[in-house]
Amino acid sequence: MTTQGTDAKPQNELLNTLLDNFKIWTKKLSHPGLWITIVGVFILGYLPIADQSPEAAFANATARESTFTILMSIVLVSSLNILLGYTGYVSFGHIVFYGLGGYVGLYTIIEHQWPLWKAMAAGGAAAGVLALVLGSAILRLRGAYFALATIGINEAMRAFVSNYDPFGGAVGLSIHFRVYRETYGSYQDAFLVMYKAMLGLAIAAVVLSYLVKSSKFGLGLMAIREDEDASDIMGVIPYRSKIIAYMLSAILPGMVGVVFFFKASTIEPAAAFKLHTSIEWLVMIMLGGFGTIMGPVLGAYGYQNLRTILLTSEFFKNIQLAVAGLMLLGIILFIPAGLIGWLRRHISFTRRVLT
Amino acid sequence: MDFFAFLIDGLLIGFVYGIAAMGLTLIWGVMNVINLSHGAIITLGMFGVYLAFAELGLHPYLGIVLVGMAGLLTGMVIYAVAIHRVINAPHLSTLLATFAVNMIIIGIGTAYFTTNARNVDFSLGSVKAGPVNIQVTRLVAAAFSVAVTGSLYFFLYRTKYGKYIRAVSNNREAAELMGIPSAFILALSFGLGTMLAGIAGGMIATFFPFTILSGGTYEVKSFVIGVLGGIGNPLGALIGGILLGIFEGVMPYFTETSWVPVFEFGLFVAILLFRPQGLLGAKK
Repeated sequence: MTTQGTDAKPQNELLNTLLDNFKIWTKKLSHPGLWITIVGVFILGYLPIADQSPEAAFANATARESTFTILMSIVLVSSLNILLGYTGYVSFGHIVFYGLGGYVGLYTIIEHQWPLWKAMAAGGAAAGVLALVLGSAILRLRGAYFALATIGINEAMRAFVSNYDPFGGAVGLSIHFRVYRETYGSYQDAFLVMYKAMLGLAIAAVVLSYLVKSSKFGLGLMAIREDEDASDIMGVIPYRSKIIAYMLSAILPGMVGVVFFFKASTIEPAAAFKLHTSIEWLVMIMLGGFGTIMGPVLGAYGYQNLRTILLTSEFFKNIQLAVAGLMLLGIILFIPAGLIGWLRRHISFTRRVLT
Repeated sequence: MDFFAFLIDGLLIGFVYGIAAMGLTLIWGVMNVINLSHGAIITLGMFGVYLAFAELGLHPYLGIVLVGMAGLLTGMVIYAVAIHRVINAPHLSTLLATFAVNMIIIGIGTAYFTTNARNVDFSLGSVKAGPVNIQVTRLVAAAFSVAVTGSLYFFLYRTKYGKYIRAVSNNREAAELMGIPSAFILALSFGLGTMLAGIAGGMIATFFPFTILSGGTYEVKSFVIGVLGGIGNPLGALIGGILLGIFEGVMPYFTETSWVPVFEFGLFVAILLFRPQGLLGAKK
């Protein structure tokens, strides 16, 4: 009896902890904000491809094109938010992962005839490994020094790839159109595959950023953001956590790079490592609210739509960059928490819904 | 022989790089702001000299002096409008505020000037020093850079407002308690940094063609030099600039030109990692 009793007790404890964890996670995962975001992103992405007939493909070509760009921005910005929003480390050169992923992916597609999903895995893995190696070195730096190092690395990478012959040097790589026809039937069909891949990545990015944020690990990251030294004393291991956050924020952009450059069918150093684009991602995060789940999604949606409006308007066409700059300045100066942050702060019931 | 030509070319350009970096490092050192509008302001300096020369028919060197004065005022206005509100906020805010200024300047500039290349059609010929030919415009630019550095040191160490700037840079709260108007001093520092960027841009315009987007290159170089010379150390910036100029000048002699940026930025990251206070030490 006694032996049975002592045996049963730890089992119960284990069961209880499991049950507790299960309760905690079901509670976390039933947060309305998460589902609103997932459903929103899905509807946004699904509408242009709901009707798959060739006529619809023609009629929706523009919508598909612009939604593809928005979905892409959602992935990139939500990923960057893990590092920037949660951990508080400003990475200016985050585009290096997107560029490298694109190069590795296109290289495997051209040289080894890999299918898209395999190339995406390769691109994501390359970005993750690069983040691990780079992160181990530059995450010892803090604040502005880290931000500058990321610029330096992106510029060094661009210069290196321009000289690296397997990646085509300054000319870059391009895919023969035959590839689309042989594997997918036509470019339109291939585009549909890429579009769905991007939609999948966008939802994955939302889920990933939610999981990180609601986990103990994510709490550690936010502790680092508030005060790195204090978090160290409280038991977070900042160096290790930062490297993991850096890797998590790099992998999906690496995969996006593969899909985007597979769609573009060519890649060259200037397009793959464009510093300016990288800074636009920061703008999108600030617009929506950094450190939130919905913020980057709304920021990406708002920024890309605004850009389209400005670019197509007769009046703003020429000065769209200046108008975007003015808006950014207004947000930084007057609503630094971004849209979601502002709503959460000023309208209390939104805190239950927005995340 | 060839080698010396490369060396001297690089050396002389290096002085101008130094002035550009000095503007960046002064702002960084005094107010702890990384100015991402630096490149756009360098471009404004280029176009200022171009307009003064092509539209008003002024001598380019007079144009540079005017650009410098305009730069001081522009910088103070930028500080008041865009930076003062976020000066105590986390880094991200000041980075993005200055980047927004950059977008506004480049956006308006692109609409007005397009991205076509311009050049200030002006030459002072060249002098022969032993086996190498040296462009006189570059010699003048180097001499002017030394004069600017000297004046900056005189201002910082010998005048009241210069001393105020150094006090604010050391400890803003303490300086305020001593009755120093810190908001004005920060604006003045930003103005001085902007002035230096404008002057550097103006000097570059006298020997290279440029477009509205050219400033970005010099901005990134300024980061490299600022870190090389130690943040907040103006003399370090000048020496760092000269080192980078020589490095860029001499490297093509040993390897293909396209490899130079790889080494340049590789070195930059290495210095950040192993000697973040810079080769000459940061100014405290």
